[in-house]
Amino acid sequence: MTNKSVNKHEKVEKNVGLFFIFAILAISIGGLVEITPLFFQKDTTTPVTNLKPYTALQMEGRDIYIREGCHVCHSQMIRPFRAETERYGHYSVAGESVWEHPFLWGSKRTGPDLARVGGRYSDDWHRAHLIDPRSVVPESNMPSFKWLDENILDGELTAKKLETFNFLTRNRSHKNDQGEYIPLYSAEDIAGAKAAVKGKTEMEALIAYLQTLGHALK
Amino acid sequence: MSSFWSIWITVLTLGTLVGCYLLLRWCLKNFTGVKEGESMGHSFDGIEELNNPLPKWWSTFFLLTIIWGFGYLLVYPGLGNWEGLFGWKSSNQGIMTLEESKAQTIAAKKANKIVQYDREVAAADAKFGPIFEAYAARSIEDLATDPKALKVGQRLFLQNCSQCHGSDARGTTGFPNLTDDDWLYGGSPETIKETIMHGRKANGMMAWKAALGGEQGVKEVAAYVLSLSGRDVDPALAEAGKSRFAMCMGCHGPEGKGSLLSYNLPLGAPNLTDNIWLYGGSERKVQESIRNGRAGVMPAWDNILGEEKVHVIAAYVYSLSHKK
Repeated sequence: MTNKSVNKHEKVEKNVGLFFIFAILAISIGGLVEITPLFFQKDTTTPVTNLKPYTALQMEGRDIYIREGCHVCHSQMIRPFRAETERYGHYSVAGESVWEHPFLWGSKRTGPDLARVGGRYSDDWHRAHLIDPRSVVPESNMPSFKWLDENILDGELTAKKLETFNFLTRNRSHKNDQGEYIPLYSAEDIAGAKAAVKGKTEMEALIAYLQTLGHALK
Repeated sequence: MSSFWSIWITVLTLGTLVGCYLLLRWCLKNFTGVKEGESMGHSFDGIEELNNPLPKWWSTFFLLTIIWGFGYLLVYPGLGNWEGLFGWKSSNQGIMTLEESKAQTIAAKKANKIVQYDREVAAADAKFGPIFEAYAARSIEDLATDPKALKVGQRLFLQNCSQCHGSDARGTTGFPNLTDDDWLYGGSPETIKETIMHGRKANGMMAWKAALGGEQGVKEVAAYVLSLSGRDVDPALAEAGKSRFAMCMGCHGPEGKGSLLSYNLPLGAPNLTDNIWLYGGSERKVQESIRNGRAGVMPAWDNILGEEKVHVIAAYVYSLSHKK
Protein backbone atom coordinates (compact mmCIF):
# COMPACT_ATOMS: atom_id res chain seq x y z
CA MET A 1 0.00 0.00 0.00
CA THR A 2 1.24 3.41 -0.95
CA ASN A 3 -1.21 5.12 1.34
CA LYS A 4 0.20 8.45 2.42
CA SER A 5 -1.17 10.50 5.31
CA VAL A 6 -1.50 13.55 2.96
CA ASN A 7 -4.62 12.05 1.37
CA LYS A 8 -7.31 13.98 3.24
CA HIS A 9 -10.04 12.93 0.85
CA GLU A 10 -9.48 9.36 1.86
CA LYS A 11 -10.42 10.21 5.45
CA VAL A 12 -13.95 11.00 4.33
CA GLU A 13 -14.12 8.03 1.98
CA LYS A 14 -13.20 5.59 4.70
CA ASN A 15 -15.16 7.07 7.61
CA VAL A 16 -18.91 6.64 7.31
CA GLY A 17 -19.66 8.88 10.31
CA LEU A 18 -17.64 11.76 8.95
CA PHE A 19 -19.10 11.29 5.47
CA PHE A 20 -22.60 11.35 6.97
CA ILE A 21 -21.94 14.64 8.76
CA PHE A 22 -20.56 16.29 5.62
CA ALA A 23 -23.48 15.00 3.55
CA ILE A 24 -26.00 16.43 6.06
CA LEU A 25 -24.18 19.77 6.04
CA ALA A 26 -24.22 19.90 2.25
CA ILE A 27 -27.92 19.00 2.00
CA SER A 28 -29.03 21.35 4.78
CA ILE A 29 -27.83 24.42 2.89
CA GLY A 30 -30.76 24.10 0.48
CA GLY A 31 -33.21 24.15 3.37
CA LEU A 32 -31.45 26.98 5.15
CA VAL A 33 -31.64 29.14 2.05
CA GLU A 34 -35.07 28.19 0.69
CA ILE A 35 -37.15 27.27 3.74
CA THR A 36 -35.89 29.00 6.90
CA PRO A 37 -36.39 32.60 5.69
CA LEU A 38 -40.04 31.82 4.87
CA PHE A 39 -40.80 31.33 8.58
CA PHE A 40 -40.04 35.00 9.12
CA GLN A 41 -41.52 36.63 6.03
CA LYS A 42 -44.57 38.85 6.26
CA ASP A 43 -45.99 37.25 3.11
CA THR A 44 -46.19 33.84 4.71
CA THR A 45 -47.29 34.84 8.21
CA THR A 46 -50.00 37.43 7.48
CA PRO A 47 -53.49 36.15 6.67
CA VAL A 48 -55.25 37.63 3.64
CA THR A 49 -57.76 40.32 4.58
CA ASN A 50 -60.86 38.14 4.28
CA LEU A 51 -59.54 34.94 5.78
CA LYS A 52 -62.11 33.50 8.20
CA PRO A 53 -61.59 30.65 10.63
CA TYR A 54 -63.36 27.37 9.89
CA THR A 55 -66.56 26.89 11.84
CA ALA A 56 -66.73 23.85 14.11
CA LEU A 57 -68.55 21.86 11.41
CA GLN A 58 -66.12 22.93 8.68
CA MET A 59 -63.21 21.99 10.94
CA GLU A 60 -64.63 18.48 11.33
CA GLY A 61 -65.12 18.35 7.57
CA ARG A 62 -61.50 19.27 7.07
CA ASP A 63 -60.42 16.38 9.29
CA ILE A 64 -62.59 14.02 7.23
CA TYR A 65 -60.94 15.40 4.09
CA ILE A 66 -57.60 14.43 5.65
CA ARG A 67 -58.82 11.06 6.96
CA GLU A 68 -60.20 9.98 3.60
CA GLY A 69 -57.02 11.08 1.86
CA CYS A 70 -58.71 13.56 -0.48
CA HIS A 71 -55.41 15.48 -0.63
CA VAL A 72 -53.75 12.45 -2.17
CA CYS A 73 -55.66 12.94 -5.44
CA HIS A 74 -56.74 16.59 -5.18
CA SER A 75 -54.39 19.52 -4.84
CA GLN A 76 -55.34 22.82 -3.25
CA MET A 77 -52.77 24.96 -4.97
CA ILE A 78 -53.51 26.93 -8.12
CA ARG A 79 -50.26 27.85 -9.77
CA PRO A 80 -49.79 31.17 -11.58
CA PHE A 81 -50.31 29.79 -15.08
CA ARG A 82 -53.15 30.99 -17.26
CA ALA A 83 -54.09 27.41 -18.09
CA GLU A 84 -54.82 26.89 -14.39
CA THR A 85 -56.37 30.22 -13.52
CA GLU A 86 -58.78 29.92 -16.46
CA ARG A 87 -60.11 26.74 -14.98
CA TYR A 88 -59.79 27.28 -11.24
CA GLY A 89 -59.66 31.03 -10.61
CA HIS A 90 -57.01 33.36 -9.17
CA TYR A 91 -53.77 31.61 -8.30
CA SER A 92 -53.32 30.65 -4.64
CA VAL A 93 -51.48 33.17 -2.50
CA ALA A 94 -49.48 32.57 0.67
CA GLY A 95 -51.81 34.55 2.92
CA GLU A 96 -54.65 32.10 2.27
CA SER A 97 -52.75 29.24 3.92
CA VAL A 98 -51.45 31.00 7.02
CA TRP A 99 -53.84 29.15 9.34
CA GLU A 100 -53.56 25.75 7.67
CA HIS A 101 -52.15 23.05 9.92
CA PRO A 102 -51.19 20.94 8.12
CA PHE A 103 -51.25 22.39 4.62
CA LEU A 104 -53.43 20.44 2.22
CA TRP A 105 -51.76 21.70 -0.93
CA GLY A 106 -51.23 18.14 -2.13
CA SER A 107 -48.75 17.23 -4.81
CA LYS A 108 -50.77 15.28 -7.34
CA ARG A 109 -53.88 15.90 -9.36
CA THR A 110 -55.66 12.71 -10.19
CA GLY A 111 -58.79 14.80 -9.73
CA PRO A 112 -59.05 18.54 -10.23
CA ASP A 113 -57.64 21.20 -7.94
CA LEU A 114 -60.01 22.13 -5.12
CA ALA A 115 -58.43 25.35 -3.87
CA ARG A 116 -61.43 27.39 -5.08
CA VAL A 117 -64.12 24.75 -5.34
CA GLY A 118 -66.31 26.50 -2.74
CA GLY A 119 -69.54 27.76 -4.29
CA ARG A 120 -68.82 26.21 -7.67
CA TYR A 121 -71.29 23.40 -7.12
CA SER A 122 -74.43 23.14 -5.03
CA ASP A 123 -74.55 21.12 -1.81
CA ASP A 124 -76.88 18.70 -3.61
CA TRP A 125 -74.25 18.16 -6.28
CA HIS A 126 -71.52 17.45 -3.75
CA ARG A 127 -73.78 14.97 -2.01
CA ALA A 128 -74.69 13.16 -5.23
CA HIS A 129 -71.04 13.25 -6.30
CA LEU A 130 -69.62 11.91 -3.04
CA ILE A 131 -72.18 9.12 -2.86
CA ASP A 132 -71.68 8.10 -6.48
CA PRO A 133 -69.31 10.26 -8.53
CA ARG A 134 -70.39 8.64 -11.79
CA SER A 135 -74.01 9.65 -11.29
CA VAL A 136 -73.00 13.21 -12.24
CA VAL A 137 -69.62 12.82 -13.96
CA PRO A 138 -69.78 9.57 -15.97
CA GLU A 139 -66.06 9.50 -16.80
CA SER A 140 -64.93 10.09 -13.20
CA ASN A 141 -62.61 7.57 -11.55
CA MET A 142 -63.14 8.90 -8.05
CA PRO A 143 -64.17 6.33 -5.46
CA SER A 144 -67.55 6.51 -3.79
CA PHE A 145 -67.65 7.85 -0.22
CA LYS A 146 -71.19 6.87 0.61
CA TRP A 147 -70.45 5.95 4.23
CA LEU A 148 -69.99 9.65 4.99
CA ASP A 149 -73.75 9.95 4.83
CA GLU A 150 -74.15 7.28 7.49
CA ASN A 151 -71.44 8.26 9.97
CA ILE A 152 -72.71 10.65 12.63
CA LEU A 153 -70.39 13.09 14.38
CA ASP A 154 -70.34 13.07 18.17
CA GLY A 155 -68.30 16.28 18.52
CA GLU A 156 -66.29 14.93 21.46
CA LEU A 157 -63.01 16.35 20.19
CA THR A 158 -64.26 19.39 18.29
CA ALA A 159 -63.65 21.88 21.10
CA LYS A 160 -60.11 20.57 21.56
CA LYS A 161 -59.45 20.98 17.86
CA LEU A 162 -60.52 24.61 17.95
CA GLU A 163 -58.32 25.22 21.00
CA THR A 164 -55.40 23.61 19.23
CA PHE A 165 -55.87 25.89 16.25
CA ASN A 166 -56.00 28.89 18.57
CA PHE A 167 -52.61 27.81 19.87
CA LEU A 168 -51.11 27.08 16.45
CA THR A 169 -52.17 30.43 15.00
CA ARG A 170 -51.57 32.48 18.16
CA ASN A 171 -49.32 35.03 16.48
CA ARG A 172 -50.63 34.75 12.94
CA SER A 173 -54.27 35.71 13.35
CA HIS A 174 -55.93 39.00 12.46
CA LYS A 175 -55.13 41.97 14.70
CA ASN A 176 -57.54 44.32 16.43
CA ASP A 177 -57.23 48.12 16.49
CA GLN A 178 -54.72 47.95 19.33
CA GLY A 179 -52.52 45.65 17.26
CA GLU A 180 -53.25 42.63 19.44
CA TYR A 181 -53.87 39.24 17.92
CA ILE A 182 -57.52 38.15 17.96
CA PRO A 183 -57.76 34.41 18.64
CA LEU A 184 -59.49 32.47 15.86
CA TYR A 185 -62.05 31.08 18.26
CA SER A 186 -63.63 32.83 21.23
CA ALA A 187 -64.41 31.01 24.46
CA GLU A 188 -68.02 30.98 23.26
CA ASP A 189 -67.09 29.28 19.97
CA ILE A 190 -65.18 26.61 21.85
CA ALA A 191 -67.94 26.05 24.38
CA GLY A 192 -70.50 25.66 21.60
CA ALA A 193 -68.35 23.50 19.34
CA LYS A 194 -69.71 20.15 20.41
CA ALA A 195 -73.34 21.23 20.10
CA ALA A 196 -72.61 22.70 16.66
CA VAL A 197 -71.52 19.38 15.17
CA LYS A 198 -73.21 16.71 17.27
CA GLY A 199 -75.69 14.67 15.27
CA LYS A 200 -74.56 16.04 11.91
CA THR A 201 -73.34 13.54 9.33
CA GLU A 202 -69.77 13.45 8.12
CA MET A 203 -71.18 14.22 4.68
CA GLU A 204 -72.62 17.52 5.91
CA ALA A 205 -69.32 18.40 7.56
CA LEU A 206 -67.23 17.61 4.49
CA ILE A 207 -69.54 19.56 2.18
CA ALA A 208 -69.50 22.50 4.60
CA TYR A 209 -65.70 22.43 4.44
CA LEU A 210 -65.58 22.13 0.64
CA GLN A 211 -67.96 25.05 0.22
CA THR A 212 -65.57 27.37 2.13
CA LEU A 213 -62.57 26.67 -0.03
CA GLY A 214 -61.16 29.63 -1.89
CA HIS A 215 -63.39 32.41 -0.61
CA ALA A 216 -60.71 34.17 1.43
CA LEU A 217 -59.24 36.04 -1.53
CA LYS A 218 -61.85 38.63 -2.38
CA MET B 1 -37.76 40.44 3.06
CA SER B 2 -35.66 41.92 5.86
CA SER B 3 -32.07 42.70 5.02
CA PHE B 4 -30.88 40.06 7.50
CA TRP B 5 -32.55 37.27 5.55
CA SER B 6 -31.52 38.82 2.28
CA ILE B 7 -27.89 38.72 3.37
CA TRP B 8 -28.36 35.23 4.83
CA ILE B 9 -29.58 33.90 1.50
CA THR B 10 -26.99 35.76 -0.56
CA VAL B 11 -24.02 34.70 1.56
CA LEU B 12 -25.09 31.06 1.76
CA THR B 13 -25.87 30.82 -1.96
CA LEU B 14 -22.75 32.53 -3.25
CA GLY B 15 -20.67 30.79 -0.57
CA THR B 16 -21.92 27.43 -1.77
CA LEU B 17 -21.07 28.23 -5.37
CA VAL B 18 -17.56 29.35 -4.41
CA GLY B 19 -17.27 26.31 -2.15
CA CYS B 20 -18.17 24.03 -5.05
CA TYR B 21 -15.46 25.62 -7.13
CA LEU B 22 -12.85 25.23 -4.37
CA LEU B 23 -13.89 21.61 -3.80
CA LEU B 24 -13.51 20.88 -7.49
CA ARG B 25 -10.09 22.52 -7.63
CA TRP B 26 -8.98 20.63 -4.56
CA CYS B 27 -10.19 17.30 -5.94
CA LEU B 28 -8.34 17.89 -9.19
CA LYS B 29 -5.04 17.88 -7.27
CA ASN B 30 -3.12 14.65 -7.04
CA PHE B 31 -2.51 14.04 -3.38
CA THR B 32 -2.30 10.28 -3.43
CA GLY B 33 1.45 10.16 -3.69
CA VAL B 34 1.07 8.00 -6.77
CA LYS B 35 1.83 9.23 -10.26
CA GLU B 36 -1.11 9.64 -12.62
CA GLY B 37 -1.94 6.49 -14.51
CA GLU B 38 0.04 4.23 -12.16
CA SER B 39 -1.30 1.53 -9.91
CA MET B 40 -2.79 2.47 -6.56
CA GLY B 41 -1.32 -0.74 -5.28
CA HIS B 42 -4.35 -2.94 -4.83
CA SER B 43 -6.16 -5.32 -7.11
CA PHE B 44 -9.11 -7.66 -6.84
CA ASP B 45 -9.88 -10.55 -9.15
CA GLY B 46 -7.21 -9.27 -11.47
CA ILE B 47 -8.74 -5.80 -11.68
CA GLU B 48 -6.30 -3.15 -10.64
CA GLU B 49 -7.15 0.36 -9.49
CA LEU B 50 -5.11 3.01 -11.26
CA ASN B 51 -4.67 6.56 -10.06
CA ASN B 52 -6.76 8.23 -12.76
CA PRO B 53 -7.76 11.89 -12.41
CA LEU B 54 -11.38 13.09 -12.66
CA PRO B 55 -12.40 12.93 -16.31
CA LYS B 56 -11.72 16.21 -18.05
CA TRP B 57 -15.17 16.45 -19.66
CA TRP B 58 -16.77 15.92 -16.26
CA SER B 59 -14.74 18.56 -14.39
CA THR B 60 -15.22 21.00 -17.28
CA PHE B 61 -18.98 20.58 -17.13
CA PHE B 62 -18.92 21.00 -13.36
CA LEU B 63 -17.07 24.27 -13.83
CA LEU B 64 -19.54 25.37 -16.51
CA THR B 65 -22.53 24.71 -14.23
CA ILE B 66 -20.90 26.90 -11.57
CA ILE B 67 -20.44 29.71 -14.10
CA TRP B 68 -24.04 29.17 -15.28
CA GLY B 69 -25.14 29.45 -11.65
CA PHE B 70 -23.57 32.89 -11.27
CA GLY B 71 -25.14 34.03 -14.53
CA TYR B 72 -28.56 32.73 -13.50
CA LEU B 73 -28.43 34.48 -10.15
CA LEU B 74 -27.53 37.71 -11.89
CA VAL B 75 -30.46 37.59 -14.30
CA TYR B 76 -33.17 36.00 -12.13
CA PRO B 77 -34.26 36.84 -8.59
CA GLY B 78 -32.46 34.29 -6.44
CA LEU B 79 -30.32 36.32 -4.08
CA GLY B 80 -32.54 37.72 -1.35
CA ASN B 81 -33.89 41.10 -2.35
CA TRP B 82 -32.00 41.23 -5.65
CA GLU B 83 -34.71 41.45 -8.32
CA GLY B 84 -32.57 40.24 -11.17
CA LEU B 85 -31.26 42.31 -14.06
CA PHE B 86 -34.67 42.56 -15.79
CA GLY B 87 -36.97 42.46 -12.78
CA TRP B 88 -38.44 39.10 -13.83
CA LYS B 89 -41.09 37.54 -11.55
CA SER B 90 -43.27 34.48 -11.98
CA SER B 91 -46.24 36.24 -10.40
CA ASN B 92 -47.04 39.15 -8.11
CA GLN B 93 -46.29 38.53 -4.45
CA GLY B 94 -47.77 39.48 -1.10
CA ILE B 95 -51.34 39.71 -2.41
CA MET B 96 -53.98 40.27 0.29
CA THR B 97 -57.11 40.95 -1.80
CA LEU B 98 -58.21 40.60 -5.42
CA GLU B 99 -58.11 44.38 -5.72
CA GLU B 100 -54.48 44.37 -4.69
CA SER B 101 -53.76 41.68 -7.23
CA LYS B 102 -55.24 43.84 -10.01
CA ALA B 103 -53.42 46.94 -8.74
CA GLN B 104 -50.10 45.08 -8.72
CA THR B 105 -50.67 43.88 -12.28
CA ILE B 106 -51.29 47.44 -13.44
CA ALA B 107 -48.32 48.80 -11.49
CA ALA B 108 -45.99 46.15 -12.90
CA LYS B 109 -47.15 46.93 -16.43
CA LYS B 110 -46.54 50.65 -15.91
CA ALA B 111 -43.06 50.00 -14.51
CA ASN B 112 -42.44 47.68 -17.47
CA LYS B 113 -41.55 44.78 -15.18
CA ILE B 114 -41.67 41.25 -16.50
CA VAL B 115 -44.30 39.42 -14.48
CA GLN B 116 -44.57 36.20 -16.43
CA TYR B 117 -48.10 35.28 -15.39
CA ASP B 118 -49.42 38.77 -16.15
CA ARG B 119 -47.77 38.74 -19.55
CA GLU B 120 -49.22 35.32 -20.33
CA VAL B 121 -52.69 36.58 -19.46
CA ALA B 122 -52.22 39.82 -21.38
CA ALA B 123 -51.11 37.91 -24.47
CA ALA B 124 -54.17 35.65 -24.25
CA ASP B 125 -56.47 38.62 -23.67
CA ALA B 126 -55.07 40.35 -26.72
CA LYS B 127 -55.84 37.24 -28.76
CA PHE B 128 -59.20 36.18 -27.34
CA GLY B 129 -60.47 39.48 -25.95
CA PRO B 130 -61.65 40.91 -29.30
CA ILE B 131 -63.51 37.66 -30.09
CA PHE B 132 -65.50 37.76 -26.85
CA GLU B 133 -65.99 41.49 -27.20
CA ALA B 134 -67.52 41.01 -30.62
CA TYR B 135 -69.78 38.27 -29.26
CA ALA B 136 -70.81 40.44 -26.32
CA ALA B 137 -71.99 43.12 -28.73
CA ARG B 138 -74.39 40.71 -30.43
CA SER B 139 -77.70 39.49 -29.05
CA ILE B 140 -77.98 36.02 -27.57
CA GLU B 141 -80.54 34.98 -30.22
CA ASP B 142 -78.18 36.09 -32.94
CA LEU B 143 -75.22 34.23 -31.39
CA ALA B 144 -77.36 31.10 -31.09
CA THR B 145 -77.33 30.85 -34.89
CA ASP B 146 -73.57 31.35 -35.26
CA PRO B 147 -71.86 27.93 -35.41
CA LYS B 148 -68.50 29.37 -34.37
CA ALA B 149 -69.92 31.11 -31.32
CA LEU B 150 -71.81 27.96 -30.40
CA LYS B 151 -68.61 25.95 -30.58
CA VAL B 152 -66.99 28.36 -28.14
CA GLY B 153 -70.08 28.21 -25.96
CA GLN B 154 -70.07 24.43 -26.01
CA ARG B 155 -66.43 24.28 -24.93
CA LEU B 156 -67.15 26.61 -22.03
CA PHE B 157 -70.24 24.60 -21.17
CA LEU B 158 -68.31 21.32 -21.13
CA GLN B 159 -65.64 22.85 -18.94
CA ASN B 160 -67.89 24.52 -16.40
CA CYS B 161 -71.48 23.31 -16.62
CA SER B 162 -71.37 19.66 -17.68
CA GLN B 163 -70.49 18.44 -14.18
CA CYS B 164 -74.11 19.04 -13.17
CA HIS B 165 -76.08 19.36 -16.41
CA GLY B 166 -74.22 16.61 -18.24
CA SER B 167 -72.05 16.85 -21.33
CA ASP B 168 -75.19 16.61 -23.49
CA ALA B 169 -76.93 19.22 -21.29
CA ARG B 170 -79.78 16.81 -20.58
CA GLY B 171 -79.15 16.91 -16.86
CA THR B 172 -79.77 14.16 -14.37
CA THR B 173 -81.80 13.66 -11.20
CA GLY B 174 -81.76 16.99 -9.41
CA PHE B 175 -80.01 18.87 -12.21
CA PRO B 176 -82.28 20.25 -14.91
CA ASN B 177 -82.36 19.18 -18.52
CA LEU B 178 -81.52 22.28 -20.60
CA THR B 179 -82.61 20.92 -23.95
CA ASP B 180 -86.35 20.39 -23.42
CA ASP B 181 -87.49 24.03 -23.36
CA ASP B 182 -89.03 23.48 -19.94
CA TRP B 183 -87.78 26.14 -17.56
CA LEU B 184 -87.90 26.65 -13.82
CA TYR B 185 -86.89 30.30 -13.99
CA GLY B 186 -87.65 31.20 -17.57
CA GLY B 187 -86.14 30.42 -20.93
CA SER B 188 -85.82 33.81 -22.55
CA PRO B 189 -82.22 34.59 -23.56
CA GLU B 190 -81.91 37.33 -20.93
CA THR B 191 -83.30 35.10 -18.18
CA ILE B 192 -80.91 32.30 -19.06
CA LYS B 193 -78.03 34.75 -18.88
CA GLU B 194 -79.25 36.10 -15.57
CA THR B 195 -79.54 32.59 -14.19
CA ILE B 196 -75.95 31.78 -15.13
CA MET B 197 -74.59 35.14 -13.95
CA HIS B 198 -76.17 35.32 -10.54
CA GLY B 199 -77.19 31.74 -9.90
CA ARG B 200 -80.54 30.60 -8.58
CA LYS B 201 -81.64 29.40 -5.24
CA ALA B 202 -84.95 27.62 -5.30
CA ASN B 203 -87.34 29.08 -2.79
CA GLY B 204 -87.00 25.67 -1.33
CA MET B 205 -89.75 23.16 -1.01
CA MET B 206 -90.13 22.37 2.67
CA ALA B 207 -90.64 18.89 4.06
CA TRP B 208 -94.41 18.45 4.00
CA LYS B 209 -94.88 15.22 5.88
CA ALA B 210 -95.81 16.81 9.20
CA ALA B 211 -98.00 19.49 7.66
CA LEU B 212 -99.88 16.87 5.65
CA GLY B 213 -100.62 14.88 8.76
CA GLY B 214 -98.16 12.08 8.15
CA GLU B 215 -97.54 9.44 5.52
CA GLN B 216 -101.17 9.15 4.38
CA GLY B 217 -101.22 12.83 3.42
CA VAL B 218 -97.98 12.42 1.46
CA LYS B 219 -99.48 9.48 -0.47
CA GLU B 220 -102.64 11.39 -1.27
CA VAL B 221 -100.89 14.50 -2.53
CA ALA B 222 -98.45 12.39 -4.54
CA ALA B 223 -101.36 10.61 -6.20
CA TYR B 224 -102.99 13.90 -7.08
CA VAL B 225 -99.72 15.36 -8.41
CA LEU B 226 -99.22 12.30 -10.61
CA SER B 227 -102.78 12.57 -11.90
CA LEU B 228 -102.03 16.12 -13.10
CA SER B 229 -99.86 14.75 -15.88
CA GLY B 230 -102.42 12.12 -16.80
CA ARG B 231 -100.92 9.19 -14.92
CA ASP B 232 -103.05 6.29 -13.69
CA VAL B 233 -103.59 6.66 -9.95
CA ASP B 234 -106.03 5.52 -7.32
CA PRO B 235 -108.91 8.00 -7.87
CA ALA B 236 -109.88 8.03 -4.20
CA LEU B 237 -106.33 8.88 -3.14
CA ALA B 238 -106.05 11.57 -5.80
CA GLU B 239 -109.37 13.07 -4.79
CA ALA B 240 -108.19 13.26 -1.18
CA GLY B 241 -104.92 14.77 -2.38
CA LYS B 242 -106.73 17.39 -4.42
CA SER B 243 -108.36 18.76 -1.30
CA ARG B 244 -104.94 19.07 0.32
CA PHE B 245 -103.33 20.63 -2.74
CA ALA B 246 -104.34 24.11 -1.57
CA MET B 247 -101.16 24.04 0.52
CA CYS B 248 -99.11 23.63 -2.64
CA MET B 249 -100.81 26.31 -4.73
CA GLY B 250 -98.82 29.15 -3.17
CA CYS B 251 -95.84 28.10 -5.24
CA HIS B 252 -97.04 25.59 -7.82
CA GLY B 253 -100.16 27.54 -8.79
CA PRO B 254 -103.82 26.61 -8.60
CA GLU B 255 -103.49 24.17 -11.50
CA GLY B 256 -100.03 22.96 -10.54
CA LYS B 257 -98.43 24.63 -13.54
CA GLY B 258 -95.52 25.96 -11.50
CA SER B 259 -94.49 29.38 -10.26
CA LEU B 260 -93.40 30.61 -13.66
CA LEU B 261 -96.54 29.82 -15.67
CA SER B 262 -98.98 30.49 -12.84
CA TYR B 263 -97.51 33.61 -11.28
CA ASN B 264 -94.62 34.59 -13.54
CA LEU B 265 -92.41 34.47 -10.46
CA PRO B 266 -88.93 32.89 -10.33
CA LEU B 267 -89.60 30.77 -7.25
CA GLY B 268 -88.27 27.65 -8.90
CA ALA B 269 -91.45 25.65 -8.22
CA PRO B 270 -91.77 23.34 -11.21
CA ASN B 271 -94.74 22.71 -13.45
CA LEU B 272 -96.33 19.49 -12.18
CA THR B 273 -98.52 18.86 -15.21
CA ASP B 274 -95.95 18.30 -17.98
CA ASN B 275 -94.60 14.91 -16.91
CA ILE B 276 -91.06 16.35 -16.65
CA TRP B 277 -89.59 15.40 -13.30
CA LEU B 278 -86.47 17.02 -11.94
CA TYR B 279 -86.22 14.61 -9.02
CA GLY B 280 -87.77 11.58 -10.66
CA GLY B 281 -91.38 10.90 -11.58
CA SER B 282 -91.96 7.51 -10.03
CA GLU B 283 -94.57 7.34 -7.31
CA ARG B 284 -91.84 6.71 -4.78
CA LYS B 285 -89.73 9.65 -5.92
CA VAL B 286 -92.64 12.07 -5.95
CA GLN B 287 -93.59 10.93 -2.47
CA GLU B 288 -89.99 11.43 -1.39
CA SER B 289 -89.99 14.98 -2.76
CA ILE B 290 -93.16 15.79 -0.85
CA ARG B 291 -92.04 14.05 2.32
CA ASN B 292 -88.56 15.55 2.61
CA GLY B 293 -88.72 18.66 0.46
CA ARG B 294 -86.28 19.80 -2.23
CA ALA B 295 -84.12 22.85 -2.74
CA GLY B 296 -81.96 23.09 -5.83
CA VAL B 297 -79.18 25.62 -6.11
CA MET B 298 -77.54 26.94 -9.24
CA PRO B 299 -74.20 28.60 -8.40
CA ALA B 300 -73.41 32.12 -9.61
CA TRP B 301 -70.80 32.34 -12.33
CA ASP B 302 -70.21 36.06 -12.80
CA ASN B 303 -67.15 36.10 -10.56
CA ILE B 304 -65.72 32.92 -11.98
CA LEU B 305 -66.31 33.36 -15.71
CA GLY B 306 -67.15 37.02 -16.23
CA GLU B 307 -70.05 38.42 -18.23
CA GLU B 308 -68.57 37.98 -21.70
CA LYS B 309 -68.14 34.25 -21.36
CA VAL B 310 -71.51 33.83 -19.66
CA HIS B 311 -73.05 35.63 -22.65
CA VAL B 312 -71.68 32.98 -25.02
CA ILE B 313 -72.69 30.11 -22.74
CA ALA B 314 -76.20 31.57 -22.53
CA ALA B 315 -76.33 31.53 -26.32
CA TYR B 316 -75.27 27.90 -26.38
CA VAL B 317 -77.85 26.91 -23.78
CA TYR B 318 -80.54 28.89 -25.60
CA SER B 319 -79.64 27.18 -28.87
CA LEU B 320 -80.18 23.73 -27.35
CA SER B 321 -83.94 24.21 -27.18
CA HIS B 322 -84.18 26.55 -30.19
CA LYS B 323 -82.60 24.50 -32.92
CA LYS B 324 -83.07 25.93 -36.36
